Formats: sequence, structure tokens, C-alpha cells
Amino acid sequence: MDMPVAKKKLGLKERYALMTRGLDWQTTYQPMDKVFPFAKYEGIKIHDWDKWEDPFRLTMDAYWKYQAEKEKKLYAIIDAFAQNNGHLGVTDARYVNTLKLFLNGISPLEYMAHRGFAHVGRAFPGVGTRVACLMQSLDEIRHSQTQIHSMSNYNKYYNGMHSFPKMLQRVWYMSVPRSFFDDAVTAGPFEFMIAVGFSFEYVLTNLLFVPFVSGAAYNGDMGAMTFGFSAQSDEARHMTLGLEVIKFVLEQDPDNLPIVQRWIDKWTWRGYRVLTLVAMMMDYMLPKRVMSWKEAWEVYFEQNGGALFKDLARYGIRPPKWLDQIEFDKDHISHQAWSTLYQYGGASNFHTWMPSDEEMDWLSAKYPNTFDKFYRPRFEHWRDEQKKGNRFYNMTLPMLCQTCQIPMIFTEPGDPTQTCYRESTHKGMKYHFCSDGCKEIFDHEPEKYKQSWLPVHQIYQGNCFNPGVDPTAEGFKPLPVVLDYYGVGFGRDNLDFEGSEDQKNFAAWRGAATTNV
Amino acid sequence: MAAVAAVKPYEFEAADRLENFHGNQLLYIGWDQHLMFCAPFCFPLPPAMPFRAFVEQVLPGAFGYHPEFKQIDWSKAEWLASGQPFKPDWDKSLTDNGLAHKAVLRLRTPGLTGIKGSAT
Repeated sequence: MDMPVAKKKLGLKERYALMTRGLDWQTTYQPMDKVFPFAKYEGIKIHDWDKWEDPFRLTMDAYWKYQAEKEKKLYAIIDAFAQNNGHLGVTDARYVNTLKLFLNGISPLEYMAHRGFAHVGRAFPGVGTRVACLMQSLDEIRHSQTQIHSMSNYNKYYNGMHSFPKMLQRVWYMSVPRSFFDDAVTAGPFEFMIAVGFSFEYVLTNLLFVPFVSGAAYNGDMGAMTFGFSAQSDEARHMTLGLEVIKFVLEQDPDNLPIVQRWIDKWTWRGYRVLTLVAMMMDYMLPKRVMSWKEAWEVYFEQNGGALFKDLARYGIRPPKWLDQIEFDKDHISHQAWSTLYQYGGASNFHTWMPSDEEMDWLSAKYPNTFDKFYRPRFEHWRDEQKKGNRFYNMTLPMLCQTCQIPMIFTEPGDPTQTCYRESTHKGMKYHFCSDGCKEIFDHEPEKYKQSWLPVHQIYQGNCFNPGVDPTAEGFKPLPVVLDYYGVGFGRDNLDFEGSEDQKNFAAWRGAATTNV
Repeated sequence: MAAVAAVKPYEFEAADRLENFHGNQLLYIGWDQHLMFCAPFCFPLPPAMPFRAFVEQVLPGAFGYHPEFKQIDWSKAEWLASGQPFKPDWDKSLTDNGLAHKAVLRLRTPGLTGIKGSAT
């Protein structure tokens, strides 16, 4: 009798087929629609889940092996960085503030992405899709962990990094990245995939990671640079997943096109608004600049994104809406954002400062049409006032956009001297927006966005104080109690970099490392 | 306006309805051409507050840092409410001036164009 002899090793294609197909069954006790209750309500029609093809053909066994090797290398470098006091090798202690922004605002979002992909991985009826989402879910929690581990070394020496999960929930400007992800994870599984898998991971991710990782490399931060490189191969896979999602969904049914197009419009705009913080970081917070925000936008969005949308045109997809405004605004948003964080420096959890003469000249060169005309006079005025002991701390709370939750800092398309106001009325109440994009997103789903947890309004409702605080008491001052609720130490975690504990400690420690004191 | 796609009825209260503000209403105000203040301001105010008190007691604390604030000729100041021309009666309350919860005002001060004319 001939015994079948098992082949020694399966090929990539066979292994992928075996580990991502035929793993589930048609249920009989319960209808399939009850087992996958979120698969249809968004209106997306899928006829054949087996058409899903992961271009990487990654399977779980290969995943563990590959990631374990990367992780081993990463942690060896993190250890070496810590043991050699690597933090003293960065260009300037101002640099650490970019890490505060990242740790407080981005790393918890990696965790949210983990939860989001775990959820949609359960929600899709197709096995191949579920496996791909599961692996991305694992990637995201690993990224969150490796980022926290890489940056925990800085937490030992510098302020403002001590309670990032709490700060994400509470600090006012953190509501911008947080609400972005809350919006995505409360959407249906297909919208989540277009929002995070496609719009964020594919279209915008380079604008998030390249500036931070290159910024780390340019500024001598081996620890942060290494987690960036470690995550890079995962990001490449995530981008491929994002693209696969969109092609798969569009090829399944022509009715899917208008739904997907609206999600692309919405989520490109939402993501672009979140990237305002990155724009500011690139142009103002890195002591050694990588490139300007405008240059990054031109390379990573206009050129790369332009090619992508040309490619997607054969499915009937057009480029996202509001690109003309984005193109105009690339000369402005970083300056507008830094003006904002500078003046609300009494209420945030990192340090701000006015650029030096040399830095202002760099900005003039990178933004020849706008910096000297609109922003240099503002900054020089503030710098002069600061020298006179009258540093600008804006203590009055700003008006926020109902959708993106950023203060209404943006200007009219085409007119950088005029704040852009938009409003809608829904069930007798007014809602305000920073832009046509944010207004249109609200108008499509007012029942969702009328629930926005806007930090300014929440403070005025009395929801941002620790228990026991009495806002009706004589001489009540809200700022100290709100900062207490945020977990921000006034004067230690915030205010100007000039005179900060971070600045003094860095100078003293680096001095001790290089001189005989 | 469209509804949210959902698996069951999707109805929620607005987070910022009037009754959540302990007797106050929200009023927003921006000063055109003065982007030193990065965004318009948001205030919780009693609806019975006279417009004069808003201008004379509330605004200085918010806009006073700007060197041009003291130069404002209030008799020539122009106002917009929700983008439409608005003529406040200084001695009437916010409510009697037609300013409801979450009304938005723009202050225009002709001749004042910000630090070095930069709209700052």
C-alpha cells in the first residue's frame, strides 16, 4: 500500500491557504447574521469573502518568529541606550518635548488601534480578513508597548511623561487625537478599516512616522529611532492591508463606491486635522529640523498620495475633498498651531518657547510667502514681551470645533487674516466648526458629533475637577484645579522651556558628563 | 440631515445642552484681525448679563494683553452675530439682544489691524 509522504515544508502559498481558509463553518443553530451582527448595517455589500488576498501571505507561525527576532534587537538597543545615559546625547532638552507629545498623544492611540483591529477582526465574516486584522491588532499593541518602553527612560529624568493614559483622557488638546480614534472605533467595521486601515495607515502614516523617526535620528535619540525602524516593516504591511481593503471592497459591488468615497473624504480630512500637531512639531519643536511641514506634505501627500489616487481612479475613486484648502493651508497651519500651544502653555503638559533668530530665518526661508508677513511680527512681539517679563499666557478658554475639537485657530480658505467660522443648527441648537470639512462631517451624522466631549465646555459644566472641589467657593480659580485633574504639575510640567526644570537638569547633567565638576 | 448608520435606534442628548451649564449660557467672541488670540473665546455667562457688562467687565480680561485693546473706539466698533451684522443694545441683557446659548459674535475695530498690520 502506498503511504502518502508529507512534504517536508509547505510553500508560502500553501501555508497561507491552509491557515486562512476553511477555518470556519456555516452556523445552523443561529443565523450567520446574528453571529456577525455588524457585517451588513453600513450598507457595504460583500459577495465572496474568499476573494480577500493578503499580499504578504503572512501566517501566525511566521509572525511570531519574525516579530520575536525584531523585538530582541530592539530591547538590546533600548538597554544600551539607558545604560549609556543616551538621553544626554540628544541635541537639546527641547527635543524631549516632541517625545512628550508622542507618548501622550500617539502611543495610547496605538493601543486604541489594537482594540479597534481586534474588534473588526471579530466582526468580519471572512477568515482571511480576520487573520490580517488579528495580526495588525497584535502589531498595534506591540507598538504601543515598545514606544512606552523606549520612552520610559526619559520619564526617569524629564517632566510631563508621568501619567500619559490619564492625560490622554483629560488634557484639553489631547481630545484631538483621542476623539479621532473614538470616532473610528465607534463606527462600523468597514468604516473603521477605511478610516484607520486606509486613510490613516496608507495615506497619512508617513507624515506621522517619518517626521518623528527622522526627527529622533537627526536629534541623537537612538531609543526612539530604533522603535521607529522596528515598527517600519509592520507599517509597510499595514499600508498593504489598507490598500487591499479598499480594492477588495470596491471590487465586490459597485454600490460600495459612494459609501467608500465619503469615508475617504471624511477620514482624510479628520486625519489631516490631527496631523496639525505633527506640522507644529516639525517646524518648531525639533532643535535639528528634518524638513519643513510643507516639504513633507508635498513629498508624502501631494506626490505619493497623488500617485495613489491616480491608481484608484479605475475604481471610480477621486481624490479626497477639500485638497485645495489643504494646499493653501500648508503655508500656515504649523505656525497657527505653535501660536496656540505657546499661548496656552499654562494649561498644557509640555514646554513651549519662541524660536531663536536663526530658527526664524529658517522659517522665513521655508515659508517665503507667509512667515515674515503674518507670523514673524507676532513672534517677535511675544519675544519682546517675554524679555520684559510679560510672557503671553492666554488664560481665557478658546472656542473649539465640534468635530475635530481643535480650537478654532484655522483661517478662511484663501484669507490667512480671517478666522474661519462655520455653523450648523441641529434640533434647535447651534454647533460651530473650523472648516467646511468639519461642518460637512457633522451635518452627515449630527447625532454622533453632538455628543462630542469638548474640554472647554466640560470644564464649564464642572466635569473637570477632582472630587471635593467646590466651584462655588469664594474666589474660586478654575485653572489650578483643572490642572490638578489633568495630573499636570503647574510650573514643572508646563510653562516656557526657558527656566524650566528640564532645561536646568539637562544642562547640569550634560555638564557633569563633559567637565570635571 | 442623514442619520447615523446603526444596528439599533441611535438617539442621544447633546453634550452641551443649556441645562448642563448651571444657569449660564455659552457665548463665543472673536476679534477680527487680531490673531494674537489664536481662536475666539468661549464664556459661560448669565443670560441676564447686560451687554455692557460683557464688554466692560468680561472682555478686558480676555483681550487686554493686546496693545490695541485700549485703543478701541467702542462707538465705532462693528459687530457680527453668526456672521450677520448685529447692533447690540448695551443696556439690554444677552437674551434681550437675541443672543441665545452658543451664539457667536465677531468684533470688528476698523483702523486697528494688529501688530505691525499683520492681523496679529
